[in-house]
Amino acid sequence: MSLPNDNTNSKKAALLAAFPLTIPVLTGYLVLGAAYGILMNSKGFPILWSLVASIFIYAGSMQFVTVTLLAAGFDPIGAFLMTIAVNARHIFYGVSMLKQYRGLGMVKPYLIFALTDETFSIVCSAKVPEDVNAKWFYLFISLLNQSYWITGTVLGGLLGSMLTFNTKGIDFVLTALFVVILINQWRSTSNHLPAMIGIGSAILCRLVFGATNFIIPSMLTILVLVTLLKTPMERGKSQ
Amino acid sequence: MNYTTSQLILFFSIVSLGTILTRVLPFVIFPEHKEIPKYIKYLADILPFTIIGMLVVYCLKNVSLLRVPFALPEIISIATITILHIWKKNTLLSIGGGALLYMILVQYVFVG
Repeated sequence: MSLPNDNTNSKKAALLAAFPLTIPVLTGYLVLGAAYGILMNSKGFPILWSLVASIFIYAGSMQFVTVTLLAAGFDPIGAFLMTIAVNARHIFYGVSMLKQYRGLGMVKPYLIFALTDETFSIVCSAKVPEDVNAKWFYLFISLLNQSYWITGTVLGGLLGSMLTFNTKGIDFVLTALFVVILINQWRSTSNHLPAMIGIGSAILCRLVFGATNFIIPSMLTILVLVTLLKTPMERGKSQ
Repeated sequence: MNYTTSQLILFFSIVSLGTILTRVLPFVIFPEHKEIPKYIKYLADILPFTIIGMLVVYCLKNVSLLRVPFALPEIISIATITILHIWKKNTLLSIGGGALLYMILVQYVFVG
């Protein structure tokens, strides 16, 4: 038997604070995870492999790319380079979370491993509630999101084509999540230059480099612009 | 599927390691005991505001303004999310409403 202590209470508070923030991801990951499970199933991969991928890769767009890569033939070096190219945007997430993720001890490696687009968008924009321990708060957001992704994958792999409900367009829930975070960020500051640099660079690079190759050029453009504008931007911040 | 188990283990390990590498790199370069340089701190402050915009564009990367339906489902849904969110300030309502509207638009209105 155990009496409730501060530790379990603080974990519970963190879980309660984290869960509502992950609800949009719940919908998106269940559906996209299921889509991945169904796709792998249709290519003849036993569910074990979808599960392995969702546990150990845990990167949505990359997992879909692996299906294409496997269809093309066994090429480990090509697969490695493709992985770096598709996932290069994660580097920016890490840089952005360097400060918040300092001093979080044992959970930190998992927090870093689980830094997907969606998890990043939540942890970078959510304020840790005052009475909540940051470590548990970030851990629960990360764990909940991955559990949705894994659950979706398994459901998709098991039920496969039995799902007849028309889910076309439901993945827009993740676009909507990013749009809402963008609006919240926009309203939280008077300096809209960073947001405009992000959107502008990405649109420009999408037009110049095409849909499959524009993320790395976008990152470089953003890096150059925010570096050039460092002085005016910092002056604006202190006003 | 024409792969041996060991080929698949190797394949998924490589993709997993590549992904982990992109996530862990900044934390390896700036470990806990090392002071984060001023410039990197500046990037850490400013990048979240630029990346979310980039992510929105990333989600819309396959949308074309030149082909039917001329990005109308996306434009209408994002406009609705924006208005709803500024008006009601309820994150789940904005996201749920926007996604539902988008599904209705692509399933029933702009059927192509």
